[in-house]
Amino acid sequence: MSAPSRRARSALRAFMVKEVRHLLRDRQTLAILLLLPLAQVVLFGYAVRTDINSVRLAIVDPAPDDATRALRSRFTQNGRFDLVAMPPRVEALDQLFRSGAADVGVVFQPGLAAGLRDGTASQIQVVADAADPNSGTTMLNYASAVISGWQAERASPAAVRVNASVRMRFNPSLESVNLFVPGLIALILTLVTTMMTALSLSREKERGTFEVLLVSPLHPWQIIVGKVLPYLVLAFVNAATVLLAAWLVFGVPFVGSVTLLLAASALFALVGLALGVLIAAVTSSQLAAMLAALAGTMLPNVMLSGMIFPITSMPRPLQLVTNIVPARWFITICRGIMLKGAGIAALWQELLILAVMFLILMAVAIRKSSVRLT
Amino acid sequence: MSGTAPAVEITGLTKRFGPTRALEGINLSVQPAELFGLVGPDGGGKTTLFRILTTLMVPDAGTATVLGLDVVRDLWGLREQIGYMPGRFSLYGDLSVEENLTFFASVFGTTIEEGYATIAPIYQQIERFKNRRAAALSGGMKQKLALSCALVHRPKILFLDEPTTGVDAVSRREFWELLGELKASGLTIVVSTPYMDEAARCDRVALLQAGRILALDAPAAIGHLFPRPLYAVRSRQRMPLLRALRGFPHTASALPFGDTVHYSDARSEASPETVVAELGNALRSAGIDDATVRPIPAGIEDVFIELMGDAPGAKEAA
Amino acid sequence: MTAPAAEGPAIAVRDLTRRFGTFVAVDRITFEVAKGEVFGFLGANGAGKTTAIKMLIGLLAPSDGEAHVAGFDVRREPEQVRRRIGYMSQRFSLYEDLTVRENIALYGGIYGLSNDEIRSRGNQLLADLRFEQQADDLVGSLPLGWKQKLAFSVAMLHRPAVVFLDEPTGGVDPITRRQFWELIYGAAARGTTVFVTTHYLDEAEYCDRVSIMVDGRIAALGTPDALKAEFATDSLDDIFVRLARNSAAEATA
Repeated sequence: MSAPSRRARSALRAFMVKEVRHLLRDRQTLAILLLLPLAQVVLFGYAVRTDINSVRLAIVDPAPDDATRALRSRFTQNGRFDLVAMPPRVEALDQLFRSGAADVGVVFQPGLAAGLRDGTASQIQVVADAADPNSGTTMLNYASAVISGWQAERASPAAVRVNASVRMRFNPSLESVNLFVPGLIALILTLVTTMMTALSLSREKERGTFEVLLVSPLHPWQIIVGKVLPYLVLAFVNAATVLLAAWLVFGVPFVGSVTLLLAASALFALVGLALGVLIAAVTSSQLAAMLAALAGTMLPNVMLSGMIFPITSMPRPLQLVTNIVPARWFITICRGIMLKGAGIAALWQELLILAVMFLILMAVAIRKSSVRLT
Repeated sequence: MSGTAPAVEITGLTKRFGPTRALEGINLSVQPAELFGLVGPDGGGKTTLFRILTTLMVPDAGTATVLGLDVVRDLWGLREQIGYMPGRFSLYGDLSVEENLTFFASVFGTTIEEGYATIAPIYQQIERFKNRRAAALSGGMKQKLALSCALVHRPKILFLDEPTTGVDAVSRREFWELLGELKASGLTIVVSTPYMDEAARCDRVALLQAGRILALDAPAAIGHLFPRPLYAVRSRQRMPLLRALRGFPHTASALPFGDTVHYSDARSEASPETVVAELGNALRSAGIDDATVRPIPAGIEDVFIELMGDAPGAKEAA
Repeated sequence: MTAPAAEGPAIAVRDLTRRFGTFVAVDRITFEVAKGEVFGFLGANGAGKTTAIKMLIGLLAPSDGEAHVAGFDVRREPEQVRRRIGYMSQRFSLYEDLTVRENIALYGGIYGLSNDEIRSRGNQLLADLRFEQQADDLVGSLPLGWKQKLAFSVAMLHRPAVVFLDEPTGGVDPITRRQFWELIYGAAARGTTVFVTTHYLDEAEYCDRVSIMVDGRIAALGTPDALKAEFATDSLDDIFVRLARNSAAEATA
């Protein structure tokens, strides 16, 4: 039957065009939707940093001599540094970093004092374990300043080479941009998909236009899909923007496949859309829809997805609850791809869970969207 | 016209919302190309009736067919042939005139070009504002646009729920002239209105109150339902006139109608001459010397007020 | 209670003008309304009626000219004006999810009535409208006509000097319309000035005087009888259509 399918296609297109027009003309909402992700990335990125006024210092000094002791006391007398450990070997430094006990490590080579007297080159290694490149650089600068200050006061201008490097922190119980970015994407996607579609659909219902649409030959699912597609596109654009910003501005690593990440984002967006449709179908006003979207999705996404509070440190009943929070699975997927380069083989279960969630929610949503008014 | 199937056929239609009876055993039929009016108080069941006929709701009992199709079983077949203007403004305010029309055309699988001939008489009145946002149109223009959107897919029957409420007198006239032209082109139109002068322009009118039909007939014939002779009384002293008439011992009803008062006498055997004379005397003794009294035929509004049973000064509507 | 204003017209408007950019919505209108008068303010949609009313009730500042309502200047003393007027429109009415009694209490409180006044006037209102049974019903559950009558009575609760009614009987059945106008007459008889707009031209006949706005100007002003004599017709509807059809606004609406 060509007439109904022609109608379906033209209606879908008409809906998309209409929704895009609504979106573009609602300047305020548009500004929020486009700028908010950027604002959030910037805010979180720069706001989240360890307290650089109190850098926890670990010093590895296998063969202490005058020079190393002098330099060590320089560090301990400096108000910024807080000596927390003196492990005997470099290898132990790694453990300190991993457990989050230290921020900066200073490693002395044996024979520093002797080398200074001889004039041979010596090395001091400084390692900063940082939440983001900026704080890492800052801490290194502090350490270098202490070392330079000590050098300048010494009589001999012997060269001491300072080997400085920053390593990315890998401690999941502390906040870091790397860990934040997946959570941020999840939040933004939820905002654009669930909240906006719920609002858009319930706004349509509150207008007189909805009755006219119902009376038309369109099936409810056509109305839904047609209204929802522009938001899928917008969600995508937002996700890509956040990733781009995170990568360019903060140097967030991107170990795995970008395609897979975008595909996972699309899948997560679809779950959000289905939720938005369901919320609109069961609420009776725009206000109720917005509140339901906030309480039912945004809040769990922030609190229960592992974005801020690690799931492993939640009480057991809550841990079980997190299993039904879609963002939890999405964040796992994101972190896996971004930080560990995991592929489909490692993440297929999480992806499957999201896919199943989408199908179930969509089926329920369509069921609840009636062909008639009552 | 016998032999032609009715455009709308309703039998024993009943719809309840919890304890509220919106429609109670409605029977009526509308002929093809008829301009059929529905009047009645708010909450009387008009909107519910529209919603059932446009397949938006399912009745609890009874049957309704539109264009020969059952409103419950054949809803998809029906939806392609119905045009509907619901009570509120059913347009997208932030889209332009043309964008609204394009959208509704696409929803029905057609285009403005295909439907242009049908909507031309209406659309041409607003076409030069086609780039203006719908929210910026005046009330009358909005209604014309909504009508165009309802017609663009060339439906065979039109359902209009109070299309002229809140619209000024000039735009209302123009709107009804357009309805007349549409009817002449063969379109069946079912329209509800709170304005009695508009009801008088319909082929037939039904009064719907508390879910029941109190009267159904051509406007001219409905007047015959008024049970008593009716008189129009006029005087410059409007308020004193009304008070005096209400105080007259034989008054059955005395209601203001613009600059006259419609008076009906309770005595069934009194001749017009008697009434005119007696009224004249009574008014003069009340200090009203310039009153004129003359018999008039009852109109729709007189009948409806009588049937609704609630003249001012009496109890509230049940 | 607020102090009574000095004697004089209830509403005095002189050369009142309002511009929006280059568009002149209200163009130097001048008229007066006496105390206790029922004044019908008519005009086609887009003729400037709503803008004019908004200026009179202090919602919009005039671009030019002046207006005094209840003895106070709308531009310089809007607070005084607002305390002495009542307003009822299709949009600003009662809260649908509050009961009748709650609405009465709310508006009574807003206008500074004491609890005793609220109670006694509220009971009087309910008795006059025969609404005692419905006192604890949600306003949203009432039929339109009842809502409108109730809204009018609530607008009168604080005994305003002038009450502005914006299409108070829109969409309402013939019986309720007449009941509404009896309420209006009652208020006018007690000295309240009533300023009403309507699309029902038979209701225009119920007014003491009527003005018709076209394109931001007043095209006709007078008693219904005087206007009918002036335009040599016996129907206000006719006059209205004649004036409105010639309007330039129709060409550029």
